[in-house]
Amino acid sequence: MVKQVIPKNLSEVLELISKEKYRFVAGGTDMLIQNHNLKTLPIDFKDNIIYIADLQELRGITEDAEFVTIGACEPLEAIMENKLTPKILKDTIIQMASPAIRHIGTIGGNIGNASPAGDLLVPLYILNAIIEVQSLRGTRNILISDFITHVRRIDLKEDEIITKIIVSKINFDKTDFVKVGPRLSDAISKLSFLGAVTFHEGKILDLRFAFGAVNITVVRRPDIECQYIHKTKEELKNSVDEIAEKYSEYIRPIDDQRSNKEYRKTVALNLLRNFIEEL
Amino acid sequence: MRKIDFRLNGVPVSIETQLNRRLLDVLHEDFELIGVKEGCGEGECGACAVLIDHEVVNSCSIPIANCLGKDIVTIEGFSNTSRYKILKNAFEEEGAVQCGFCTPGMMIAAESLLNKNSNPTIEEIKIGLSGNLCRCTGYNMIIKAIKRAAKEGDGKW
Repeated sequence: MVKQVIPKNLSEVLELISKEKYRFVAGGTDMLIQNHNLKTLPIDFKDNIIYIADLQELRGITEDAEFVTIGACEPLEAIMENKLTPKILKDTIIQMASPAIRHIGTIGGNIGNASPAGDLLVPLYILNAIIEVQSLRGTRNILISDFITHVRRIDLKEDEIITKIIVSKINFDKTDFVKVGPRLSDAISKLSFLGAVTFHEGKILDLRFAFGAVNITVVRRPDIECQYIHKTKEELKNSVDEIAEKYSEYIRPIDDQRSNKEYRKTVALNLLRNFIEEL
Repeated sequence: MRKIDFRLNGVPVSIETQLNRRLLDVLHEDFELIGVKEGCGEGECGACAVLIDHEVVNSCSIPIANCLGKDIVTIEGFSNTSRYKILKNAFEEEGAVQCGFCTPGMMIAAESLLNKNSNPTIEEIKIGLSGNLCRCTGYNMIIKAIKRAAKEGDGKW
């Protein structure tokens, strides 16, 4: 018989997970569906479960001069409505699920799931988000691209919990998040693309691209991005074939029930081209 | 098993339950509130929508453990309000109900939207209803109904 706990506070969670293995249920919107089978209702969880959605220590959004810090269990809709939230997170959340899911689904859940199609991961990679995890041993801060290690795998030890997501207050001149799915709402992405650029005196100061659902996790290549810093807009546009060719190596999607690899790769690279050509 | 206290349709309630039950099943089995429908069972159709702390939520996608201390309103509870009467009249006037299966969820989503935004644009209504599927009306009449309710219920939201 698995244990199921509604903890009173974060200290109780840290105590429990220091002694025994648990899985976390935050909003529950993915965990319930993944484990849902009408023949085995109630939901047939195989592991000990801690319900963390209402822990006040994991809620709220704060800022300082450089960073915005979001509690891991802050619901998506509340993040979207908060004036402190960076624009590219808002632009992404409005395209995720529906209000009825966004009211309960959380940012920490989206990260912890580490689905290749997790939409919020795409802007978090662009923002170089830091994931704070806590255990009785202390606190670790991990860059999101290091934290997500594979499909549905994260660098979280059994005695740790995701507590905060920290993003820099960076503004771009232009960003565009494009989600490709069968329906505008409540759809899991076939693929997604996010481009972000800032110019200074006619030259590129900052350039970032990220692709979702076309590899084991989000594709972001700072090594390619940095090759185009200080180029002019025209030089960037003239390099569009070369840039698409460079990303082609890293766009390695799969065939599944939502799409096929040929479509995903073609559309991902077309979205990259569109973003550059429309600058 | 554990005791879960919450408010249901304005009344404090308390149940002994396993924590991994869906709110939808608790509403059906423990309280016989069958105005809450199960459509897809995976958060895509909105037929099971209820209000939790006055925001629309799919009751198929939330465990009862996460309902501790919450204020939950189903279509049965909402139907006792003056806002409901305005919405019901608007849905009837605009022909926004055909088979009726999606209607409780549509009205709950409409209430959640109007509670935050008493005069939504058509685009805002579309976003507010984006989690609710209707296979009969084609949506236009439902959108018109909500526009009408916002106008006729001026001051109620």
